[in-house]
Amino acid sequence: MKIDVNGSPREIDAANLAAALEQLGWGEARVATALNGRFVPVSARPGTPLSTGDRLEVLAAMQGG
Amino acid sequence: MRDFYGVTLDNPLMLGTAQYPSPAVLEAAFRESGAAIATVSLRRERGEGQAFWDMVRSLGVHILPNTAGCHSAREAITTAQMAREYFETDWIKLEVIGHDDTLQPDPFELVAAAEALCADGFKVFPYMTEDQVIATRLVEAGCRVLMPWGAPIGSGLGLTNPFALRSLRAAFPDIPLVVDAGLGLPSHAAQAMEMGYDAVLLNTAVAQADDPAAMARAFALAAQAGQIAARSGPMPARDMAAPSTPLIGKAFL
Repeated sequence: MKIDVNGSPREIDAANLAAALEQLGWGEARVATALNGRFVPVSARPGTPLSTGDRLEVLAAMQGG
Repeated sequence: MRDFYGVTLDNPLMLGTAQYPSPAVLEAAFRESGAAIATVSLRRERGEGQAFWDMVRSLGVHILPNTAGCHSAREAITTAQMAREYFETDWIKLEVIGHDDTLQPDPFELVAAAEALCADGFKVFPYMTEDQVIATRLVEAGCRVLMPWGAPIGSGLGLTNPFALRSLRAAFPDIPLVVDAGLGLPSHAAQAMEMGYDAVLLNTAVAQADDPAAMARAFALAAQAGQIAARSGPMPARDMAAPSTPLIGKAFL
């Protein structure tokens, strides 16, 4: 299925958010996630299904003021 | 002494981590200044997040994640939730921008976000305009720190509305106050601290200096000087001269 990851279209074949992160190369990475504008904690990722057209944001630490 | 959600700072300088020429210079700025708090943000992961996070953690200072760039309460709340998990802290510098040219906080969205986040257990550091009514609403929402701007972010103009900043200090004697944004020179930091503010938060004035580490130290010294002055009871200003040398005993010549 096609979803949007950090603003870019990606083809994903994963049943849930945890599996999708694995597929995208962030399996071991320290990241924070939001799906369609809502925060998804680490513990909820395996139980969060994905659908075509979902918007996934994968964030990490960055310089800030 | 006023503390920051139970944390007493031994240095009234809070420093941003953006815009430095290199990570080594950033580290030197923190080392030279002894800044007690580092602000950080969350952005789309491009493979550099972990290294940056490891470096910031190694500074050994308190971490204050921000919601920079958010324009609505909804965005800011989601960002705060993500930051709490990522940075493992319930501290959040709440920024909700209302105007693109001035980066002025949107007071309505700010208060709405503060209410939701305080209710959810966050310890909110709201970046706000110097308006006393907004300050009251934020305290009612549960904020125990207020961070009025000195001037627009990155402008370096200093304290553009000293009257309002003084009024806030008088109106909220028990709330820690931080001048956040707009400081350009160490004297601006000293001025804020002389008014009885509890800390100053800045980034650009240090990061964009020719020698950021030395400038960070200058800001820290100025802030500490202002803090000592505020605690020492500054004399009231007056319009007329008052001779400091005694008149008694002056020779008749």
